[in-house]
Amino acid sequence: MTKTTDVQPNDVASYARKAASGTLTRVARYTAMRLLTLFVTIVIGVYLTILIANMGGYVDEILKGDIRERTAISISNNPTYRDYTVEQRNVLIQDKIRLEEERLGLNRPFALRSFSYLGNALTLNFGRSLNMVSDSGSKEVRNIILERLPSTLVLFGLSNLVLFFVSVFLALALSRHYGSFMDKAIVALSPTSAAPPWFYGIFLILIFAAVLHVLPFGGMVDAPPPDNWFEYALSVAEHMILPASALMLASIFLSIYNWRTFFLIYSSEDYVEMAKAKGLTSRDIESRYILRPTLPTIITSFALLLINLWTGAIITETIFNWPGLGRTLFRAVGLYDTPVIVASTIIFAYLLAITVFLLDFIYALVDPRVKVGGN
Amino acid sequence: MKTLQRTFNDLARYPSAIAGLFIIFLLVAAGVYSMFAIPYSEAIRLWRGGEDVWYQNPKNAAPAWFNYFTEKKLPQTILISSVDEENPVLEKGLAERVATPRESGADVTLTYTFEYLYDEFPKDLIFYLDSTFAEKLPFVAIRWYTPDGREIRITDTSVQLSQTYRFLQDEKLIRRLGGVSPEIGLLADPNSETPIPLKGTYKIVLEGITFEDASTLDAEFVLHGQLHGWAGTDHLRRDLTIPLLWGIPVALAFGLAASLGTGVLTMIISAIGVWYGGWLDELIQRITEINIVLPFLSILIMVGTFYSRSIWVILGVTIALSIFTGGIKSYRAIFMQVRESTYIEAARAYGASDARIIFVYLIPRIIPLLIPALVSGIPSFVFLEASLAVLGLGDPVLPTWGKIINDAQFNGALYNGMYYWILQPAVLLMITGLAFAMLGFSLDRIFNPRLRGV
Repeated sequence: MTKTTDVQPNDVASYARKAASGTLTRVARYTAMRLLTLFVTIVIGVYLTILIANMGGYVDEILKGDIRERTAISISNNPTYRDYTVEQRNVLIQDKIRLEEERLGLNRPFALRSFSYLGNALTLNFGRSLNMVSDSGSKEVRNIILERLPSTLVLFGLSNLVLFFVSVFLALALSRHYGSFMDKAIVALSPTSAAPPWFYGIFLILIFAAVLHVLPFGGMVDAPPPDNWFEYALSVAEHMILPASALMLASIFLSIYNWRTFFLIYSSEDYVEMAKAKGLTSRDIESRYILRPTLPTIITSFALLLINLWTGAIITETIFNWPGLGRTLFRAVGLYDTPVIVASTIIFAYLLAITVFLLDFIYALVDPRVKVGGN
Repeated sequence: MKTLQRTFNDLARYPSAIAGLFIIFLLVAAGVYSMFAIPYSEAIRLWRGGEDVWYQNPKNAAPAWFNYFTEKKLPQTILISSVDEENPVLEKGLAERVATPRESGADVTLTYTFEYLYDEFPKDLIFYLDSTFAEKLPFVAIRWYTPDGREIRITDTSVQLSQTYRFLQDEKLIRRLGGVSPEIGLLADPNSETPIPLKGTYKIVLEGITFEDASTLDAEFVLHGQLHGWAGTDHLRRDLTIPLLWGIPVALAFGLAASLGTGVLTMIISAIGVWYGGWLDELIQRITEINIVLPFLSILIMVGTFYSRSIWVILGVTIALSIFTGGIKSYRAIFMQVRESTYIEAARAYGASDARIIFVYLIPRIIPLLIPALVSGIPSFVFLEASLAVLGLGDPVLPTWGKIINDAQFNGALYNGMYYWILQPAVLLMITGLAFAMLGFSLDRIFNPRLRGV
């Protein structure tokens, strides 16, 4: 008590300044450390992916064999070289193989190359694919991925956003009507989420495409695609119904159940009882006493949902013939196309790291109990 | 023992847990049965077997129980052989044999009689002819007698050592039947406008002549039905009961091993990390962060494509990649609390070793949390195996549910209306997944005090 009265106005300002500069250095130091660890994590993760995607260099042997075979066949089939002697032709073949290997960088040892791959990946310099070609005919990995991105985003983005908001709001409503029939039904249905989306996809295709003939089996638009943009959108929407339903069906019940349980745990806190006793409306209780403390968790799961869109869903896309990123990645693995695999991984890693980094600050913003860099 | 009993009593209050346990019990029983009924090597031989093993089965035939639900009875496979086998795989009729010796060789008459009481035509009609001879080939003439007394000449041919006569590919026979495919022409009611089978007793007489005393002549008649066995057949004539039955132990073993391996290893590693702390704890945390960056399914696909599709390799990689995930962080948080308990301090005071504290005092505390997680984790691994198989990365040798779905998907089962092909493994997968998920949910509510009453 005496201490505060002794403090002069000047000292208060200096204290505040000191505290502010303390916060600033703490935040700065924390930010630097966090960025560094995230970066190291990404570097190691991506390097591991490069090693796996190249089978520790074995993919090179496959590629070399492939080049040798292709070159030999193309030269022996080419009428221009028909008059060449066997030796001349062999020299030509060796020459071409050497050029092709140099083009793909196969002449340098893998250990060296793996680091230049890593450098390129980290600087988002994806280069050219080995075999894959985008629909527009480009071999640039960037084009191959960008071309597929919209179709993944439209399907997975839409269905996951719907899924997220529907389950959060339904869960909130259910937690209010705990023990009602709907609530019990959701609890009973939640084990159905043990099955992945493609599994529901098969059943949906069976019912709506094979038996009822009302929706297409798969694909993204009718063949040939309509010229008119409106009809095009309609056609895409029609093709989207089944995969989107499969994606939602596979997780909606579990998702509602989890959120509901989460909200229930928070709504049994004493301060919520207190608010109820004070006679606050349930709207106020929900927005101020339940949603507010659960906001960090909601934001985290939303952010993770957004970045997980990146990988798409390999199997769901395969089952529905949806031309998205997941299927491109699967095709890339089948074609040993490491640049595409690595590009997909590094983008995911960066998105994840950025999200994790930003989340720390968002927590501090929405939750006064959390301090950036504090323990 | 008491805790176990209490757990069971608690479980009994949840109907879904009872249902789940019951299904799991049935699955385990069926799995054990199939492993004994069809030994591993036999299952592999049958699953990898080609036309030589499966020639008696029709292609893409629906299960036999279809007939219980349809008005029109679909034909089942009919087999009649002139050789009396000891233990035939499939039920076989025996042809009647009359042999009259001549000065060299014999006149052999084989009569094949069968009842045809179905409303649809069969898929295929085939004779498998076998003979032994030194120089002169035996000769056969095949006649077909319909229930209404018509006689149709099928073919006259000399018989090689082993020879297959396919009715449907005999152009001469088709011409003789007026351009109608033999499976319809031979069985159709001549008085009907639309082709419907004439029901009754059919007779095929195979008159053969052998020209040497030691020469033999045998023939097996195969009528491929539209239905076959309890589960139908696939595009390679394989009976689907084998992969459906063998899929049970494979799915259970994979799910259980992966879930148990992941759960237990995660627990031990996080306990060790928490107990020793320092750089070890840091290392575990960093590995977890790196592992979260790695694309799980892509790596599994790469391993399957590049290295090995063996289910054991995939299992190992799955466990390795699943250890360092979110689970290790939540266990760590709990262990951090447990570490500060007084009873740990007491253990330290009496001089318990680090290993003793970790395995006797730390880990048991978390087992109530581990058990529901283990059970709930099983379905995701069962489906993971199926998912990989659907992508064409299933084990190359083992018959599994996912591989049936993959075959069916690849051969357009849904487009061609062969729903049984996909539905049977899918329903089994669903039942398995649901059973473990229901049990896991109930266990979670029993063991997790925060969920009690919620």
